[in-house]
Amino acid sequence: MTAGGLLRVAWQSLVRNPFRSLLTILGIIIGVGAVITSMAIGAGAQAAVQAQLARLGSNLIVVVPGSIITGGVQLGSGARQSLKIADAQAIQQDVPDVAYVAPQSGTNAQAVAGGNNWATSITGTTPDWLQVESYTMASGRFITQADETSGAKTAVLGATVAQNLFPSSDPVGKTVIVKNVPFLIVGVLAAKGQSGFGRDQDDQIVVPLSAMQLRLNGQNWLGVILISADSPDAVDSVVSSTEALLRLRHGLTPRQPDDFSVRNIANVQQAASATSQVQSRLLAGIAAVSLVVGGIGIMNIMLVSVTERTREIGIRMAVGARERDILLQFLVEAVLLSCVGGAIGVAAGIGAAYATAQGAGWQVLIVPASVLLSFGFAAAVGIVFGFYPARRASQLNPIEALRHE
Amino acid sequence: MSAVIDTRKLRKVYRVGAEDVVALDGVSVRVRSGESVAVMGPSGSGKSTFMNLIGCLDQPTSGAYFLEGQDVSHLHGDKLAEVRSRKIGFVFQGFNLLSRSSAAENVELPLTYSGVPHEERRERAASALKAVGLGHRMNHLPSELSGGQQQRVAIARALVNDPAVILADEPTGNLDSHSSEEIMRLFLRLNDERGMTIVIVTHEHDIANWTARIVTFLDGHVVDDRPSAQVAAARGSA
Ligand SMILES: Nc1ncnc2c1ncn2[C@@H]1O[C@H](COP(=O)(O)OP(=O)(O)OP(=O)(O)O)[C@@H](O)[C@H]1O
Ligand SMILES: [Mg+2]
Repeated sequence: MTAGGLLRVAWQSLVRNPFRSLLTILGIIIGVGAVITSMAIGAGAQAAVQAQLARLGSNLIVVVPGSIITGGVQLGSGARQSLKIADAQAIQQDVPDVAYVAPQSGTNAQAVAGGNNWATSITGTTPDWLQVESYTMASGRFITQADETSGAKTAVLGATVAQNLFPSSDPVGKTVIVKNVPFLIVGVLAAKGQSGFGRDQDDQIVVPLSAMQLRLNGQNWLGVILISADSPDAVDSVVSSTEALLRLRHGLTPRQPDDFSVRNIANVQQAASATSQVQSRLLAGIAAVSLVVGGIGIMNIMLVSVTERTREIGIRMAVGARERDILLQFLVEAVLLSCVGGAIGVAAGIGAAYATAQGAGWQVLIVPASVLLSFGFAAAVGIVFGFYPARRASQLNPIEALRHE
Repeated sequence: MSAVIDTRKLRKVYRVGAEDVVALDGVSVRVRSGESVAVMGPSGSGKSTFMNLIGCLDQPTSGAYFLEGQDVSHLHGDKLAEVRSRKIGFVFQGFNLLSRSSAAENVELPLTYSGVPHEERRERAASALKAVGLGHRMNHLPSELSGGQQQRVAIARALVNDPAVILADEPTGNLDSHSSEEIMRLFLRLNDERGMTIVIVTHEHDIANWTARIVTFLDGHVVDDRPSAQVAAARGSA
């Protein structure tokens, strides 16, 4: 039979039982859809993170407490509290080629101003933060060294916070209350927009680090120290000098591991993409399992179909169908099932990805390879799991098949 | 005239459990081109087994079978399927039409397996259906046709590949006497007008007497082989 004829016969037999066909391919649809959606979300998040990291500039160096580069080893709270404000000051003074140093410590709190209140994150830091994080001011001024030294209760609002607390007036000069402490608003940051994973970078309040530590979170350790090197070329030497300085300051012997971790943007980018690669592989594995389960569903239904149509097979054989013709007929049917499932899965996956983008406000990126791969895999599943039933059909004895009720 | 069917000591043994069932035991029959033959005999005498063998649906345990001079007794699988496709037209007691395909599609079926192009398939199916008097029922499903009409569709399907022989295993078994007569008239017309060789299994003498020759089976043997009463009468009156 011709290819067109085979396809037509296969299609007719599938639409004869539309509901059963749909149920049969549900596993394939879900498998293919899951691959495409999860890859799209993963790729979108990765692109957003990379874009954000790139915006921070290649001069940026991040010091975090504890050794988190390899993971696996859980360190005590001592390690989590290892970075102090004096460390940041020492880096500023002693490490060459350092442009800016911004120690940072944060908390989450309800901010109240006038009749409005807004749950947001509070960042305590020093004046250098503005340059390191490359924000600009929309109005007013940023916190100053004088604020920091005196522990002044001044605050700079992110654009989102400003909008929610002061929908119709200029916040500068007004007061915002955080954890029962009144802060004088001295400025508003210009909006920066969403970062990866839907985090709103404008949804924060910046206060002097000293005020944060004294009045808000009561901690004398830092969450992170951000360093900006003079130039991209100086990054490596700044990293190694910072490491040496911090080991010395923390009194670590050569045998003790670092109780902090210094990373440049390239490291962070690598770590971020490595993480999302692991996630992608995990998702792809789960999706592959669901495709295989879908394949078993197809095999099951094809076996039922062969039994139901034994007489038809006998008739076809009696009028001259060869084994190959019968084998192809059922194989084409199985592959058509899985390909239709794959196609619906592709559409559903892309649809779900865009729905996620709309609904959750995440960036998504359809990965063409994921579409090709999952569709190809679905087709392969049809061939593999369709072969056994098709072969069984082709091996039927025509006389017995004709006698079958 | 040359032999279309020529079997030599055809034997078919089925193994059922530990027992051998001899369905055919040394059957030698020659059917010449253009003959019409009835096969009779009690139930279980081996008629269907014989038809399946000469129809190339099955292989003999021993013996030889020449179909239009070609030894086909050792062929199997796809080779046998090809012989069926080119040289055999089957008609069954239960019609055996594809229930979801129209009359025309059913008649086209053998042509799809012998690689006839689409256009030609349509034309040949249409003319075969016309030949059996169903030119006006081409797009009907089997369920929309009477038993006699369904059997005529099956005969059109058997005809369409222009086979060497039409084999019909109790073709009137499911039909009333009126439809049976119509079907036999059709067979005879094909035999007369086209010289189509026809072998028909039947239990009824009335039906058998439509043909020219009656072969009788008993316990896997041919026990009688003679011209039909109709022919005898014709000879007697001549
Ligand atoms: N597939 C089979 N397996 C085992 N024995 C079989 C098989 N087919 C036929 N037989 C046996 O072979 C013998 C001949 O059977 P066959 O079907 O040829 O008889 P028949 O003359 O066509 O009978 P009927 O008039 O009832 O159709 C019977 O004894 C039957 O039981
Ligand atoms: Mg029989």
